[in-house]
Amino acid sequence: MRIGVVTFPGSLDDVDAARAVRIAGGEPVQLWHGEGELRDVDAVILPGGFSYGDYLRAGAIARFAPVMEPLLAAAAEGLPVLGICNGFQVLTEAHLLPGSMIKNDHRRFVCKDQRLRVENVRTSWTSAYTAGQEIVVPLKNQDGQYVADASTLERLEGEGRVVFRYVAGNPNGSRNDIAGVCNERGNVVGLMPHPEHAVDALTGPGTDGLGFFASVLTGLVAA
Amino acid sequence: MARVVVDVMLKPEILDPQGQAVEGALARLGLAGVASVRQGKRFEIDLAGELDTATRAQLHELAGTLLSNPVIEDYSLRENVEDAS
Repeated sequence: MRIGVVTFPGSLDDVDAARAVRIAGGEPVQLWHGEGELRDVDAVILPGGFSYGDYLRAGAIARFAPVMEPLLAAAAEGLPVLGICNGFQVLTEAHLLPGSMIKNDHRRFVCKDQRLRVENVRTSWTSAYTAGQEIVVPLKNQDGQYVADASTLERLEGEGRVVFRYVAGNPNGSRNDIAGVCNERGNVVGLMPHPEHAVDALTGPGTDGLGFFASVLTGLVAA
Repeated sequence: MARVVVDVMLKPEILDPQGQAVEGALARLGLAGVASVRQGKRFEIDLAGELDTATRAQLHELAGTLLSNPVIEDYSLRENVEDAS
């Protein structure tokens, strides 16, 4: 199973994302932002970092990178896509996912191990978890406050599209404690915390993040 | 040469942490009576030629996609702004 990891100028966590794919038993494939092709991958991860230095808005310039054109088309056809942190910001800027992220309400950078509740286990990236399961993965960002208008929030909640919620305190002011959401089909998922940093007890808070990568690999085998 | 200015502001209902930080600093520096501060962005776009209909449409399109994110921001576009320099 080939899982593409896109590198934008300023991506930081592409190597960790590729490593997480490898640990979970998949084959990571490097994708370059400037190339308009997906190299026949079975799923794509947009990693964390500061693409284009977060100039303009986080993810705003990366959204127009050549690689995004085939990605948007493939996502519409059901290709599993995971956006982590800056990758989530790119997905909201591209309108693949609703809402947006603004600066944390307390105006400070956050870097901590964060407890999350997995609310939706029917997505391509969460099927290995059980509904309501709590996991701990690192959270590190400055623009992590999830916002959307009231009708969008109502729709997301009604359709079960809030995939992850912060537990034990809201770290950034996100509406409804939302840490991650998915599209209608459930193949596109974005979240601010970093599951790819929680795949090895030696280098992270545990291995709770492995389920993301196990989920997509299992789904691809079954497909 | 034509100058177009695009101002981008967070929508009124969106919290502006940066504006709040500036508001706090203004108070610390002795400015009394500030009710609120909101921070935005200003883009000065100088065209090599004149502003025609097609370019105007393109500018509006890009102001609403690249320069601003309509989910959280509003933009206003002003034409034929005098070059101050």
